[in-house]
Amino acid sequence: MSMPAFSPIIALLLTSLIAAAALAFVRDYRWSARLNIFASLVALLFALLLFHSRPPADDLLLADDLNVVFIALNAFVGFTTSVFSASYIGHELETGRLTPGYLRFYHVMFQLMMFGMDLALTANNIGLMWVAIELATLSTIVMVGIYRTHEALEAAWKYFILGSVGIALALFGTILVYLAAVSAIGEGMGAMAWTNLLRHAVTLDPSLLNIAFVFLLLGYGTKVGLAPMHAWLPDAHAEGPTPVSAVLSGLLLNVALYALLRFKMIVAANPGTIAVGPLMITLGLGSLIFAAFMLCRRRDIKRMFAYSSIEHMGIIVFAFGMGGPLGNFAGLLQMTMHSLTKSAIFFSVGHVAQVKGTQKIADIRGLTSSHPLLGWTLVAGVAAIAGLPPFGVFMSEFLVITSAFARAPALAALAAFGLLVAFGALLLRLGSIAFGEPAGPLTPVRASYLPIFAHLSLVLVGGLYMPGAMVTWFQNVAGLLK
Amino acid sequence: MSPSPLAFDIAHMFAGGLVLVSFMMLYQDRLLPLINVLSLHSLLLALSVAWQAHIQDKPDLYVTAVIALGFKSIVIPMALRRMVVRMELHREVEVAVGTGMTMLLGIGLVALSMDLMLRVTAGANALVREDVALALSVVLLGLLMMVTRRNAISQVIGFMSIENGLILGGAGARGMPLVVEISVAFSVLVAFIVIGIFLFRIRERFDTVDLQALDRFRGEHR
Repeated sequence: MSMPAFSPIIALLLTSLIAAAALAFVRDYRWSARLNIFASLVALLFALLLFHSRPPADDLLLADDLNVVFIALNAFVGFTTSVFSASYIGHELETGRLTPGYLRFYHVMFQLMMFGMDLALTANNIGLMWVAIELATLSTIVMVGIYRTHEALEAAWKYFILGSVGIALALFGTILVYLAAVSAIGEGMGAMAWTNLLRHAVTLDPSLLNIAFVFLLLGYGTKVGLAPMHAWLPDAHAEGPTPVSAVLSGLLLNVALYALLRFKMIVAANPGTIAVGPLMITLGLGSLIFAAFMLCRRRDIKRMFAYSSIEHMGIIVFAFGMGGPLGNFAGLLQMTMHSLTKSAIFFSVGHVAQVKGTQKIADIRGLTSSHPLLGWTLVAGVAAIAGLPPFGVFMSEFLVITSAFARAPALAALAAFGLLVAFGALLLRLGSIAFGEPAGPLTPVRASYLPIFAHLSLVLVGGLYMPGAMVTWFQNVAGLLK
Repeated sequence: MSPSPLAFDIAHMFAGGLVLVSFMMLYQDRLLPLINVLSLHSLLLALSVAWQAHIQDKPDLYVTAVIALGFKSIVIPMALRRMVVRMELHREVEVAVGTGMTMLLGIGLVALSMDLMLRVTAGANALVREDVALALSVVLLGLLMMVTRRNAISQVIGFMSIENGLILGGAGARGMPLVVEISVAFSVLVAFIVIGIFLFRIRERFDTVDLQALDRFRGEHR
């Protein structure tokens, strides 16, 4: 018997799993924060190794062009969040919002969530993918409720109920996909392997696939945060610890969307199925416009950026719904840029909320004069997320709208309208938060700027210049997505 | 390889029984009897899955059946019962959203799922078709129960019935792998909620498990 070859995927998964187990035994929070950072760094290295050597796909795991970038993005944001989290939780401990026991629990859950997301991204088996997304969801639910205040418990409960209904619908969709495949591929694991499903897509039962996709769209769509299944999202973002908000917006929404994309590829490859584009366009546009108007009346800063995440997920789903090489390209780019920008914003917002002792927008004023560096990074982040040039989000949103204009001007106009409303709402709020007379405590802030700068500079570079290799990759994957 | 008529009838009986018990849940407005109904629901699921294991000759499905029997039919209902008694909820009558209306809606949902699933699964064999159609009915009835109830414990029970429906569907789908893993994942989920309610002691914090009271604590109106 030969030794099994080294696989970066397995190494990546094991890193988080071992870290989660080890963190359960570390009592001192400084050491557990360091271990958390270290494990996330190792995971990042293994994720980057996937660009270099990719193990062949088997029945359970796979790494292909579509997921490597998401795995890398996942590991990168996971790493920066662990750095941010180390400085964030110290403050929470000082103010007594968290106890050391809860922190230990928090770190274990953080790594479990990373494990769940990495497993979902690398799963080749649609059942395994479902289990992984459920695991990631569960670990975020407990982290959202960790402060145990009325609001946090309500948010966790709402997230749990809506999330589990969504995940139940997604499982039913998964069972139907298996049923559609079983007569063409045969019983057993083979009929659940995504690569097999795609290869045999033409022979799958089209009417079953149609129904399955509706269930999957509603189920995973709940996790993506699409309106009208979004109700859990603002609460979960606002009431949980900020590092959790950052990974929720930056990663978990992407992972659920990624699952949806995998199924979309199968359905699109079958000629007998309904066009899934219009379904996605409707949900995407609905979420975009709804969230844009909701943005106008927010009074809580984290809740505001949560609605902005719904808005961006709406744009992305809209872009994938329009499809075509350019639409898919724009969607993929927007997913990456949104994830980097939004987590950077949550990093700054976390420090702002800590130093001001409140999340109410009305009580946070004049940040650029009271805390210049923190204030200006928040300004840069919000400018980026609102879609101002020269940031990457501008470029991807521009691509979404222009590619849509070429094919369906009326829909593109609606999307542009939603973007403008959101833009106005965000900048209006930013004006009062960042400028004017400072309000609230003026104590200096001990922030970790490194993660914020790393994210924002990547977004800036993405907007100014994209390396040729990256453009080819995006084009290649956009072609795969149909 | 179509199953013998008797095997089909027995599978049909168990799956149909699950739908019937789902209806019993819809109109049961007291918590302790509701928990008993849940026990019965999971027992029927265990029988149904064991029967599928027998006729499909899939021994790993017996594991799923044992999990359903031991965990969902005995352990979790016991834990829920203890919680209800300790929190002194057993005398409360939960005002469900008009029993008659709920039952009518439920009948509509079952008709919908039958029509939908039987139409799209025309190619599959009769056993699978019936099974998946009944499973979807159980799932939809569970969803209906979750939206018509306001009490945290009845919502958990509604969720568990959804879960039972999904496992029924997974077991009925010919040779679907990972059914065991999925049922384990689901059991963990439920154990987690039950422990969650227990640990967080929603009642302790809110003096009630009525979620309408929870709704007052909307983040924006602090």
